Amino acid sequence: MGRKLLLEKAHVPGIATYEVYRREGGYRSVEKALQSMSPDQVTEEVKKSGLRGRGGAGFPTGMKWGFLAKPEGVPRYLVVNADESEPGTFKDRYLMEFIPHLLIEGMITASYALGSNRSYVYIRGEYAWVAEILEKAIDEARANGWLGKNILGRGFDCDIYVHRGAGAYICGEETALLESLEGKRGNPRIKPPFPAVKGLWGCPTVVNNVETVAAVVPIINEGGEEYAKIGMGKSTGTKLISACGNINKPGVYEIDMTISVEEFIYSDEYCGGIPAGKKLKACIPGGSSVPILPANLLLKTAKGETRMMNYESLADGGFATGSMMGSGGFIVLDDSQCVVRHTYSLARFYRHESCGQCSPCREGTGWMEKILWNIETGKGKISDIDLLWDIQRKIEGNTICPLGDAAAWPVAAAIRHFRDEFEWHVLHPQEAQQRNYGLMHYADPIHVPNPVMA
Amino acid sequence: MSLCFSADKLKEVQQIIARYPEGRQKSALLPVLHLAQQEFGGWLSTEAMDYIASLLGLQAIEVYEVATFYSMYNLKPVGKQVLEVCQTGPCMLNGSEAIVAYIYERLGIRPGETTADGLFTLKTVECLGACGYAPMLQLGKNYREHLTREKIDELIAAASDRPVVATT
Repeated sequence: MGRKLLLEKAHVPGIATYEVYRREGGYRSVEKALQSMSPDQVTEEVKKSGLRGRGGAGFPTGMKWGFLAKPEGVPRYLVVNADESEPGTFKDRYLMEFIPHLLIEGMITASYALGSNRSYVYIRGEYAWVAEILEKAIDEARANGWLGKNILGRGFDCDIYVHRGAGAYICGEETALLESLEGKRGNPRIKPPFPAVKGLWGCPTVVNNVETVAAVVPIINEGGEEYAKIGMGKSTGTKLISACGNINKPGVYEIDMTISVEEFIYSDEYCGGIPAGKKLKACIPGGSSVPILPANLLLKTAKGETRMMNYESLADGGFATGSMMGSGGFIVLDDSQCVVRHTYSLARFYRHESCGQCSPCREGTGWMEKILWNIETGKGKISDIDLLWDIQRKIEGNTICPLGDAAAWPVAAAIRHFRDEFEWHVLHPQEAQQRNYGLMHYADPIHVPNPVMA
Repeated sequence: MSLCFSADKLKEVQQIIARYPEGRQKSALLPVLHLAQQEFGGWLSTEAMDYIASLLGLQAIEVYEVATFYSMYNLKPVGKQVLEVCQTGPCMLNGSEAIVAYIYERLGIRPGETTADGLFTLKTVECLGACGYAPMLQLGKNYREHLTREKIDELIAAASDRPVVATT
């Protein structure tokens, strides 16, 4: 049983209310930071903690804070990214629904470190009821003196506002989010300048994911060095994983990044295995954008080592044989699922969500969707598979924001690892309408060259 | 102009504007459009968008370009109940296609269509962040999760039997 830092108290009855949250030790990090630390010391603890952005990119949070420009007389902003729209990801919603004050507390402490007197939560529009939960928590925090003017008599002013989006995956990209918060279309900005220099309304801004900001609370309470002791290598602390797809126990799990992928899928403490006696075929371990892996490469790396649930191990082998931790959206496919149809579904998602600014993404996502639909419905050609590969190559890296990469990677990985399933659809169009390809060799042990033998 | 918020809602608009620094009231556009859609029959007509533009001191085009970008704003009239079924990967793995088919069987509407009595509109939507509770749909402000045929029956019955209030 791993350590829990964020969700440990998430199921204490009444924890969504201020009274219970405070009674359970809530808002201690604000007291500690404001009463005994300078803003720079708070940032220093976050740097020591090794915390990496939990939204998907995994960029060191303390370093991101360190980049924030601090010109005299210009307001600075903290904006929390609660747009959570990456398919497979529903962890931030869980945290905000069950323990909203943890986010508010983290925001106050982070706002103090960054010098933000007015901070925003940008929440996806569909989470309307979650926005109400947060607003209630903010009102309670304000009524109890944690927000407003001169908090704890330390001369620090801070207020927090919730801003609802209106349905656009792209607004999870930080500059699109800022555009949206300014009341515009969510078109990502060209960088540089980065938000740390020119962000919200042209002012220096830090955009952090919900889980990242919540993690500031245990980091300040226990110290950055203590936090860094949890986990493995550069994967410090705990990570929320939202598990879904074909598993017995879908849900949100807090892991300390020292467990194996196999344990995560099969242990009753986590996903509880695959339902109905079916077998594991494939998995997208970090949200729909990251490469899909067949069962064999998911559980073991190409070197034959046990694959672990952390940033380094999930990425072991690069895109050739590995994947990414991403947002922690863990999507499991059993042996009755069709990789072609699933890839089509994701391609349709990215076509729908492309903002349309860059032609490789705008045109390429629609083109890939059409080709995948043709292959799925028995109208594909073998050359279509190569064409798909070519299109995704020409999207990747050629767009203003990473949505292009996010659309390209799932298609690339599906072809890389499941090419024979695509070919089978083309060569047996009628049979492919009646049954799925099945597990085939996707769980077979991988031949690992043994250097000792040579 | 015939379309107008009530005094209460105008107060709410002022509260929304106050969330942003002075001179940044364009930021209020998304939340105010949500409010307009809720108040003006579940969709945004050109008249409604022009009204919001005048209310926030924006050019009409600034409102149109935003309203057309975000998927939650309806630019055509919709039924009193909008069933928004998620169809993205994780929901698909758990039978979202069968849910869409069953709604067609029960109500005779395909995605994008509204029943003749104006009660229901069916929309397919992309990932709503409920992947672990699939299949799911959004109905007004709420999510309906772990959908089954029985649950679809229940929500159709509940919506048809009693006077229906426009949802937000």
